[in-house]
Amino acid sequence: MPSLPDMATPNVTELAAGRRGASRDMLAEVPDLKPAFFEWLCRMGDTTLILGHRLSEWCGHGPALEEDIAIANTALDLIGHTQMWLNLAGEVEGQGRSADDLAYLRDAMHFRNALLVELPNGDIGRTLMRQFLFDAWHHEMLGRLEGSAVTEVAEIAAKAKKEVAYHLDRSSDLVVRLGDGTEESHARMQDALDILWPYTGEFCTGDAVDAAVAKAGIAPRPEDLRAPWLAFVGEVLEEATLDMPQNGHAQKGGRQGRHTEHLGYLLAEMQFLQRAYPGAEW
Amino acid sequence: MYAQMVKSEPTDRDPTPEEQAFQARIDAGEKIEPKEWMPEGYRKTLVRQIGQHAHSEIVGQLPEGNWITRAPTLERKAILLAKVQDEAGHGLYLYSAAETLGISRDEMFEQLHSGKAKYSSIFNYPTLTWADIGAIGWLVDGAAIMNQVPLQRTSYGPYARAMVRICKEESFHQRQGYHIMMKMARGTDAQREMAQDALNRFWFPSLMMFGPSDKDSVHSKQSMAWKIKINTNDELRQRFVNETVPQAEFLGLTVPDPDLAWNEEKGGYDFSEPDWDEFYEVLKGNGPCNRERLGARVTAWEDGAWFREGLTAYAEKAATRRAASATAAE
Repeated sequence: MPSLPDMATPNVTELAAGRRGASRDMLAEVPDLKPAFFEWLCRMGDTTLILGHRLSEWCGHGPALEEDIAIANTALDLIGHTQMWLNLAGEVEGQGRSADDLAYLRDAMHFRNALLVELPNGDIGRTLMRQFLFDAWHHEMLGRLEGSAVTEVAEIAAKAKKEVAYHLDRSSDLVVRLGDGTEESHARMQDALDILWPYTGEFCTGDAVDAAVAKAGIAPRPEDLRAPWLAFVGEVLEEATLDMPQNGHAQKGGRQGRHTEHLGYLLAEMQFLQRAYPGAEW
Repeated sequence: MYAQMVKSEPTDRDPTPEEQAFQARIDAGEKIEPKEWMPEGYRKTLVRQIGQHAHSEIVGQLPEGNWITRAPTLERKAILLAKVQDEAGHGLYLYSAAETLGISRDEMFEQLHSGKAKYSSIFNYPTLTWADIGAIGWLVDGAAIMNQVPLQRTSYGPYARAMVRICKEESFHQRQGYHIMMKMARGTDAQREMAQDALNRFWFPSLMMFGPSDKDSVHSKQSMAWKIKINTNDELRQRFVNETVPQAEFLGLTVPDPDLAWNEEKGGYDFSEPDWDEFYEVLKGNGPCNRERLGARVTAWEDGAWFREGLTAYAEKAATRRAASATAAE
C-alpha cells in the first residue's frame, strides 16, 4: 500500500479550522486528498443506497399498513441522501460520472457500503433491528458532519439529520416495544440482535481513508463514534429488555469493497435495466 | 375506480318517511356524516364500495412494487417508491372512511383474505417490463381518475373528502406514468417495443376497469339515487377512450383496436368491447396473477402477526405500569 499523502500542511489545517467557510476549493489546493474524499463519499452514498434498496423490498408487504408506509418513507429518505452523496462524489472525482453512473454501473468490488446494510431483510424484526443499529450510528455521524470543513458535506448532513432523527425515534421505539412485547417478539428481536451485532463493528473501525478525511476536518474518526453509539444503543436495549451480545468480533470489509455474497444478487436486480440497455434514457 | 360491480341494496317496498327525508337531503346536495341516520342498504353498499376501493389500493401496490427494486435510475426509484407509498396511504384513508360506517379494518382484511371482498380486476395482470409501470400510471390511474373525480361529490362526507386528497395524488401519478411512456416511446427501438407491448396488454384490461355496461342495472340506479355512484360505467369508459386515444397518438403508439374510429355524430370514438368472458374469469380468481396477489397479502398479514401482537402486548404492559405508578403516587 502506498504511503498516505501528508495532510498536515498548514493550508489544510487552516481550511479545516475554518469549518463551514471552506469548500471543495480545498481539493484544488490539496489534490492528494481527492481519492480519499471520493472514496469516503462513496462509503456514505453506497451505504444509504443499499439500505434504501433493501427497505424498498418491503413495499406492499409490511406487517401493518402504517408500517408499510413508514418503511417506504425511510427508504425514500435514504435514496434522497444517496443522490446527494453520490452527486458530490461524482463532482469530486471529476471524471464526469453522475450519481446514477455510480449507482448503476459499478460492480460489487467497487461498492463501498458497510456489510450490515446489504444483509437480506429477514423478518420484520431483523429489518427493524438493523435499522435501529444503523440509525443510531447514522444520527451520531451526521451530527458530527454538520461541522465538516467542507460546506457541501455539512449541508447534506444538516438536511439528512432532520430525517434521520425521525428514523431513529421510530426504530428505537419499535425495538423497545417488540423487545418488551410478547415472548415471541422478544425472542425474535434478541435473535436479530445476535445475528447483526458482529456487523456493527465495521462502522466504528477506521482505515487510511478515514484517517485522511478526518485529518482534513471533513469527517470524524470512526473510532470516535463508538462510545456515544454504544451508550445510546445500550440504553435502548436495556429498556427493550434485550441483552447486548458479548461477541466482540467485527465482520468488516464492505467499506473497502469486500462484500458478502448477497450484494451481487442485489446489484444484479438493481442494475438490470442499465446493464441490459446500455445508453438508454429512462 | 377501483370499485367494479358493487352490488347495492335496493328495496322493493315503499320508502318510509325516514328514508324519504334521507333521500331529500341527498337530492338537496347535503353530505351525510357518520353519526347521522342512514338506511341500512346505504350503509352496507358504501362499506362494500369503499372496502373494495381500499383493497384495490393495497393490492395495487404489488404490481408496481414489483419494479421498485429494478427502477432504472435513482430518481425513478424515488418517484415509484413515493407513488406506491401513496397508494398505501389511500388505502389508509379509505379504510378509515369505511370504519366510520361501523366495520373495523381487521374485519375488512378478513373479507379480503377469505376472498369474500373483491378488488379491482386490473391488479391481477402482471407487470413484465419497465414500460408497464408507465402504462399503469397512464392508463390505470387515468381510468381511476375518471371515476374518482366525480366521487369527490359523493353523498357520504368522509368518502368524498378522502376522494379529494386521493384525486390530487392520482393526477400526479398519471403524469409520472405518461412521462415514463414518453421517454420509452421516444427512446431506443427496444424501449419503443416495450412501450407498445405494454399498451397492447393494458388497453383492454383498463377498459374493463369501468365494469360491464350497467345501463339497465337496478344496483346502479339505486347507487346513483344515493349519489354514491355518479356516472354510468359506459359514460366513464367513453370519456376515458376519448381522452386517452389522442394521448396514445401523441406518443406515436397504436391503440390495439382495429375498430377504433372517431364518430363525428356522437363526438367520441367508437371502440371494441373488451372480452367480458375474460373479465368474469379474472373476477372469479382465474386471472394471471390472482393467486400471487392475494397470496402476497395473506402472507404479509400472517407473517406480521407476531409483530402486531408484540406491539399490543407492550401497549398493555405500559398501560398497566402507568396505572400502577399513578396509584403509587396517590
